[in-house]
Formats: sequence, C-alpha cells, structure tokens
Amino acid sequence: MTTGAVAVSKNIKKAASKGTFARVARYSAVRLATLFVTTVIGIFLTIIIANMGGYVDTIMRNDITETIIQQVANDPNAKKMAPDVRKQLIADRIRLEEQRLGLNTPVVVRDFKFLTGALQLKLGRALLMTSDSGSKTVRLIILERLPATLLLMGTSQLSLFFASVFLALALSRKYGGLWDKLTIALTPSSAAPPWFYGIFLILIFAALLKILPFGGLVDAPPPSNIIDYALTVLKHLILPASALIISAFFLAIYNWRTFFLIYSSEDYVDMAKAKGLTSRDIERRYILRPTLPTIITNFALLLIGVWQGAIVTETVFLWPGLGRTIFRAIGLFDIPVIVGSTIIYAYLLAMTIFVLDFVYALVDPRVKVGGGSRP
Amino acid sequence: MNALKKSLQEILRYPSAIIGGVFILVLIGVAIYAVIAIPYQKAIDLWRGGEVVWYRNPKNVPPAWYNWFSIKKQPVSFFINSTQGNYKKVVVPGTNNTTQITLTYSFDYQYDGFPQEMSLYFTTKFASKQPYVTVNWLAPDGRNIRIDNLGVSRSQTFRFSQNQNLLAQMGGTNPMEGLFTYTDPQKPVKGVYQVVVDGTTFEQGSDIDAEFVLYGKVYGIAGTDHMRRDLTVALLWGVPIALIFGLVASMGTSVLTLIIAAFGAWYQGWLDELIQRITGINLVLPFLSILIMIGTFYSRSIWTILGATIALSIFTGSILSYRAIFLQVRESMYIEAARAYGASDMRIIFQYLIPRMIPLLLPALVSAVPSFVFLEATLAVLGLGDPVLPTWGKIIDDAWVNGALYKGYYYWILEPAVLLMITGFAFALLGFALDRVFNPRLRGM
Repeated sequence: MTTGAVAVSKNIKKAASKGTFARVARYSAVRLATLFVTTVIGIFLTIIIANMGGYVDTIMRNDITETIIQQVANDPNAKKMAPDVRKQLIADRIRLEEQRLGLNTPVVVRDFKFLTGALQLKLGRALLMTSDSGSKTVRLIILERLPATLLLMGTSQLSLFFASVFLALALSRKYGGLWDKLTIALTPSSAAPPWFYGIFLILIFAALLKILPFGGLVDAPPPSNIIDYALTVLKHLILPASALIISAFFLAIYNWRTFFLIYSSEDYVDMAKAKGLTSRDIERRYILRPTLPTIITNFALLLIGVWQGAIVTETVFLWPGLGRTIFRAIGLFDIPVIVGSTIIYAYLLAMTIFVLDFVYALVDPRVKVGGGSRP
Repeated sequence: MNALKKSLQEILRYPSAIIGGVFILVLIGVAIYAVIAIPYQKAIDLWRGGEVVWYRNPKNVPPAWYNWFSIKKQPVSFFINSTQGNYKKVVVPGTNNTTQITLTYSFDYQYDGFPQEMSLYFTTKFASKQPYVTVNWLAPDGRNIRIDNLGVSRSQTFRFSQNQNLLAQMGGTNPMEGLFTYTDPQKPVKGVYQVVVDGTTFEQGSDIDAEFVLYGKVYGIAGTDHMRRDLTVALLWGVPIALIFGLVASMGTSVLTLIIAAFGAWYQGWLDELIQRITGINLVLPFLSILIMIGTFYSRSIWTILGATIALSIFTGSILSYRAIFLQVRESMYIEAARAYGASDMRIIFQYLIPRMIPLLLPALVSAVPSFVFLEATLAVLGLGDPVLPTWGKIIDDAWVNGALYKGYYYWILEPAVLLMITGFAFALLGFALDRVFNPRLRGM
C-alpha cells in the first residue's frame, strides 16, 4: 500500500466520522467561492458597461472642456487677462477637473481599482451627483433614497405576495368556480408593466377625478406635524403602489393557484382526504408544507428585488426613490452611483441564494445540503 | 401534418386563442398596410418634417370622431386653395399695368365651437413693387368686416388672431369668437362664410395667390400632437415596429436559449458548467439599467437595443429549466437508439432533442412577446426611444413630457396606450391558450 493510498483511505474514514459536518462545510466553501466569483465578474462587467470600455471618458472630457470654457468666459476677472494667460488658465482647470474625476489614469487601472473598492463596499464618491443634504458620498446618496423605495416597493410587494398566496389557496380549494374563471380571464392583464397602469391611474384619479396627486412623495410645502406628514405620504403612495400591484396581481394569483393545484393532485393528498382530515389540515400539512421551499424562494427573491426599486414607475410618479436615482446617475454618467447600487444588489442576491440552500434543508427533510444535485 | 391539424383544432376550442389570434392577424394586416402605404423613409421624413409638412394642421387637437360622441360639434380642420374647396379667383386688368385680383373662399360652417385659428398663406409674384391686399370677412348674418390692408411679400403668412387691426376692432373678445358670432358669445352663427381677398398688383406679370386654412378643434382619425403632426402616421408605423421588436426579440431569445441549453445538456462537462456560470452572472447584472446605459451612452437605435435585449435575455432562468428537461430527454430510449445507429452529435441535437421541446417553446415564445413590446415602450418613456422612427412608446413619451394629462389631451396618451394594450393582450391570450394545449398538466385546471 503506497502512502498516497493510505492518506486517501484515512481521509475517507475521517469524512465518514465527521459525516454531515464535513459535507456541509465543503459544500458551503465551494458554493461561497462560486457565488463570490460570479459576483465579482458580474460587478466587473457592470463597471465595463458603465463606462462603455472608455467611451464615456470621451463624453466626460468634452463635457468638462465645454463647462470650463463657459465658466471662464463668464468670469469677469478672466476677461481682463491676456489671451494666452486665459488659455493657460483654461488648460489648468481642465487638467485639475480631469484629475479630480480620475480621468488621467488609464481606464483598465481605474476599473480594477474601482472593482476592489466596490467589493469591500467602499462605494466612494459620486462624480457629479449630490444627496439632498449636499454630500457626494455614494453611500449617503443611496441611503437617502432608500426609505422612499423601501416604502413603495415594500408596501406593494408584500401586500402583493401575501394577497396572491392566500387568494390562490382559496381559489385552488374550489377551482373551476366563477372567481377562478374570472382570475384566469384577467391573467393577460399582467402583460403590461406597472407604469402603464400608472398612466391610467393618474388619468382617472388625478386628472379626471382630482382626488389623488399626480406624483411626488409629499405635499408642497410638507406639513410639519408628523401625523399630517404620514397622511400626505400615504395619499401619494396609493397610486404608485396600486400600479405596481395591479400589474402583477392576476398573474401571481394564477401562478400560485396552478402551483397549489398541481400539489393537491398528489396521491398523499387524496389519501389524506380519504382519511377524512379537515381541509384546513390538508392545506397546512399536505399542500403548504411541501410547497414551502418554493414559497420561501419567491419571498426571498421578492425582498431583494425591492432593493432595485422600480425605475420607470418611480420616474412616472416622480417618486424620489432609488430607481429614479439610478436613472439620473446613468444620465449623468455617474459610474460610482450605478456600480454602488449594483454591487449591493449583487451581494444581497448572492447571500440570499447561499442562505436559501440551508433554509431548504430546514423546512424540507427530503433535502440534504450538499447531497447531490437538486433540480 | 395530422398532429399539427389536431393541435390546431385543439387550440380553436379556446375562445381566448381565437380572440387573440384574430387581433394578431388584424395587427399583421395593418402592419403590412402601413409599410406599403408609408414606406420607411417617407415615415421618417413625415415624422421629422416639422412645420413644412404639417403647417395645415391644428396643434394638439383630438380626433374628428370626438364629434360623434358629443352634442357640441367642434369644427374640423380644412383648407381651401386653387386645388381644393370653394375657391374663386377673378382677375380684372386695370390701367397703368395694374390688375385687380379678387380671391374668394367660401365655406359652410355648421359647428357649435369656434376654430383654433385661421390663416392665409400668401404667395405672390412681383419684381419690385409689392402687391397690396385687403382682407374682408363676410358672415352669414350680413356683417362685413374689413380685417386689414397690407402689402404682401413673396411668401407671407397672415394669422387672423394675431392681426393687430382685427384685435383692435374686436375690443376685448377673442377674434375667433368675434368673427363667428355677434350676439351670443357661446354660439357661432351657422351658415356660409366668405373670406374675400381684394388685391391690386402694380406690375406686368405680377400675381397674388393664397391658401386659406381653418384650424379646427378636431382632426383626422387620430388627432395631432404639439408639433401639428398627424398622429395617424405614428400610430400606423407603431404597429410594424411593435410586432417586429416583440416577435424578433421573443423568437431570438427563446430559440437561442433552447439551442444553447441543448448543447449544454448534450455535451455536459465544461460547456454545461460555463452556461450555468454565465447564467449566474447574468442574474447579477441589472437588466433595465444596462439597457438604459446602452441607450444613453452608445446608441438609441431600436435595432441596437433589440440586439442587446436578446443578448441579455438568453441566459436567464428559462435556460436552466430547459436544461433540466433536456437532461431527462437525453436519457430516453429513442436517443439511445439514435446513438446506437451512429447518429452524429449535431443530428441528435437538432433533429431529436430540440424538436422534442417545440411544444414547450411555442407557448413561451408567444407569451414573451408582450413583455418585449412593452419594453420598447418603457425605454421610450424613459426618453430612450429610437431617434428617427415613430413608435407608440415615443408618442406616450411626447405626451408625457408635454403634460398631456395635466392639460387634458387624453387622446394623446390613450391612443398609443390602447394599441399597446391590444397587442399585449392578443399575444398574452394566444400564449395562454397554447400553454394549456401543449402542457397537458395544465389541462382542466
């Protein structure tokens, strides 16, 4: 027996003795590494796209030159200078501005610097954008907009999720009924995105009936009383939240309903019925239990989806959330802000996917972490 | 062939499929008509032509069929010139090379509203001495208003409501109201009106001609926008663009996804691993943000966006579910038989694996069309619509930017929105029925 073979057989014994723990640890390590590499590549691609392989530099350079020439032309002191002194001044200021924005280092170097910074969640400073409080820190810009997005997306997505799961459960109980048929008939309504329904809602409730505001977050001027403030925010929230809910509502119900129906035609459900269990027990123990992993996955993905906000819905409703900030950042070529929001999403996504594996094992005894591939 | 006929019969059992199919066929018909009636270049020229093309249209007025639903009939726009309408030109030669030219435009006004504006577009011929004209207004109630006397240059526009002389005569009232009514400020007098242009030329060969345009408060089938453009052009051209964008994006995405999934599942190993990793990375990338970046930084052309959309939509969740099914199909008997008689890899992939998935592909393909049709509109609403082509999304964007909902120009947003909705629903309905026909598990559910 060679030493190598001995080592291998020892390893096998060790693995057998440590059992589950080693398997889980090994699986976790591999999984974490894969997810990390995926995230890094994803972020790097976003950085490259966000400056179009250096093309954005050209646009920004032109912008800087134009602004500085304008500034100097409008400066009364500069008018008195000799032409070559003024030229020198312009050149100096352009150089300074380019240095400030980091345009004098090569794109590739900047990309990598940026990547390592972003991965450590050092989001850096925005190029042009500022938060409402006047800060240029990307973290503050994002944090300032986060509450509005969380409010809008949180309200709409959570109510959408729970309403659709419970209504679907109710529909699957007596499928083929009037309500069931109505839901099926209305499912194509989800073909249209939220902003589309938003336009109709604005038309009806803001333009025609004049009972709800066209957009924005609060009345102008905002009330100083905290209760009044909350009430006006609520009033402004109704239309965008409804638009988000309506656009996904019927399809969500339909999908859950079909999903529950497929599970309720399993043999063990028939068996439970034959045993004479109440429909409440059947639902809880035989339908909801095995579908729990899917429900949890959906819920988790929904929660991190909230992060990205709704670019178009927020734009249409002038809702000061993250989605609109990203849209503005793109318009201003403000790469740190774009990448900052993307990296947080990527981290959240990777973490969620990682944690979900363990959650599956907790809620479903049939699943073993790291035990072969699952579909 | 028989199977095809059978599935067609199966599909026709669903009313939603019939409704969806009929709408899609109508849309395809309209698309073909639009492309033939207004060729690509002409559509672009018309849409970007500006005042030169559209000077005869009123600004921001709803379609003419608004009148069918309203008791108060609003005036329809029209113009009168030497080729159209009740136009009379009398030329009387005078002494000393002068000529008296009388242009008479008569029209029957049977509306309950006042026009937006009236204009005379003069074109004259002369060498050095400008012709001189007097513009008169003859109302059916017998009033004869002398609006103004003026010398006209070679090409001159005479706008009634901006004429200082007329404004002074009218006192405080809007000239349009003052010209059409006399007693009741709410109701125009109905009957035949005449605009008489009495002109004098002072040279041999000098001539006066003019076109009279009455800008009404309704126009055409679809109304007009803030640049006087007839919305019919954009609504018509929106059909082929929406269909092409939706169908090409959907077909490109689903077919490529299927082929790549088949290759991955067949060869397995590193290829399969690579596909899964790319899918993971793609999940991290913010789809809409990237499209917006491409639109902002690179090109807003609809074809660039189409390509980017397809590229970003291939490696999504559906490639994983196709892969899972392919892995099952791979182990089935007929594939083993094919291998045994020595079929090549390509033959197995394209002739045995992929055809097996068409029943799954078809509903997915049709159901995905609406999301791509709306994607184009979404980008347009963000101001990233195609720079030259008129599309539905761009109309909505124009309307939105110009505050159509605040100002009450509802038709402007509703027309493209309803067309988008019809297109989206038609494909969604058909896709839904197809899903039930081809997925037996869903049947009866």
